[in-house]
Amino acid sequence: MTLDDLLNNTGEWIRCTGPLCDIVMSSRVRLARNLAEYPFSHWASKKEQETVMALSRESIGKVKSLKDSMFVEIGKLDPIDKQFLVERHLMSKEHMIDSENKGLCVGKDEVISIMINEEDHMRIQVMKSGFNLKEAWQIIDEVDNDLGNSLDFAYSADLGYLTACPTNTGTGMRASVMLHLPSLVMTKQIGKVLQAITKLSLTARGLYGEGTEASGNFFQISNQVSLGHKEEEIIDNIERIIKQIVDHEQSARETLFSQTREALEDRIWRAYGTLKSAHIITSTETIDLLSLVRLGVDLGVIKQADRTLINELFVITQPAHLQKLEKKKLGPNQRDVKRAEIIRDKFGKQ
Amino acid sequence: MVCNICGKNQATVHLTEIIDEQITELHLCEECAQKKGAQMESHFGLSDLLAGLADLGTQFNSPKTKTETSKLKCPKCGLTYEDFKKVGRLGCGECYNAFREALVPLLKRIHGSTQHYGKSPKKMAKVVKAKNDLQELKDRLQKAIQKEDFEEAAKLRDKIKEQEKKNNK
Repeated sequence: MTLDDLLNNTGEWIRCTGPLCDIVMSSRVRLARNLAEYPFSHWASKKEQETVMALSRESIGKVKSLKDSMFVEIGKLDPIDKQFLVERHLMSKEHMIDSENKGLCVGKDEVISIMINEEDHMRIQVMKSGFNLKEAWQIIDEVDNDLGNSLDFAYSADLGYLTACPTNTGTGMRASVMLHLPSLVMTKQIGKVLQAITKLSLTARGLYGEGTEASGNFFQISNQVSLGHKEEEIIDNIERIIKQIVDHEQSARETLFSQTREALEDRIWRAYGTLKSAHIITSTETIDLLSLVRLGVDLGVIKQADRTLINELFVITQPAHLQKLEKKKLGPNQRDVKRAEIIRDKFGKQ
Repeated sequence: MVCNICGKNQATVHLTEIIDEQITELHLCEECAQKKGAQMESHFGLSDLLAGLADLGTQFNSPKTKTETSKLKCPKCGLTYEDFKKVGRLGCGECYNAFREALVPLLKRIHGSTQHYGKSPKKMAKVVKAKNDLQELKDRLQKAIQKEDFEEAAKLRDKIKEQEKKNNK
């Protein structure tokens, strides 16, 4: 498998096969792990980073569920390829910077990925379609066990897994879901919802994790606390809260649709019309309009597109994807033209 | 308009920086803006917030002063507590022992707990079991004391001593 194979395939979450995937785009669990013998990535020498990379790679080779995986050395990639992996949610933005001795393993269907020498030696991630944290946890638990058979992780009996940043100590786990909440935004209830979840020790972030803004009505919600509770308890807690948010979104959709049907349909069809006919379009406008069209599909207003197509467009209209599809470097203005062209083409085929 | 940094490419990103009430406007090309963006992100992140909390342990219930704590150094990796306060990242697993006194209040503040209940590596099963056994003995000792069953308490105390010796080996 190579990077270009990823371009021609769709990750599992894009195909929208999981439970409640009209509102919950994807569920993710990540674990932070460090090798006990070596300093954490930022404090390690080049030589030590190399050793961590080699040991991790060897251990990954023994993981059953990563048999058909791909391994890339980030330092050897050009900037577009790095950005490409971030856009696919396979690695963090931080992993692009100072990328010498950084690695990434990507499993089949892009469900499992492992960053090496990020903030922690290993950042294992499992991403599933829809509202499916429990299955994501089961998969990642097994990967972690397999890795633990050949590696000695930094661990203390009272503090749990030891991580570079004390905010991850303990389970080293962050469980998150990507929610699409257009109706809670339209009915101005979203502020209250986000405020409430912080009181329940969850946090909300934008599309690409820490420090990114929410756009296109997408919100990534995750646990803040990693120490003091069992992994299953943390996941159960998030699931209960998310379920309520999903219910709220659902009822807001029903209210909007019954009380302001014409106005809502107008907005949705205008968004669809713009996407179908624009010749120049920015990524911000694209995300906003695709969000409306996705709502239209969920409500059964638009039957000319499906969720898989819209999910795919969210990903392939981003800068690095456009440039990889075009197979050359494009400036911002050229990208806006190319983006519009791809969207017209994809909607035209439906 | 050309980029203020490289002076070559077309500027497409417009940035206003405010440093000490001095306002500067920057017009950057995408490439330079990205580099600048990376700098800005590292300017203020979680680590800065952590640094503010890192002195917690020295404010309360600790005989050590702030400067004493700052001078603490991890014997394994050489990171000092001062370094940790600057970058918000520890140097290695051993740092958790070296800075224990200061870190425990910090972990308590972040997580509301200082005790891990989640999974443990299979390889550590023995260590974890020993720790759990010890905790159980301590709980039983507390109960025995409450019940004023001093004979039982004495037995348990001896067992705990024995167990602790074993664990520390």
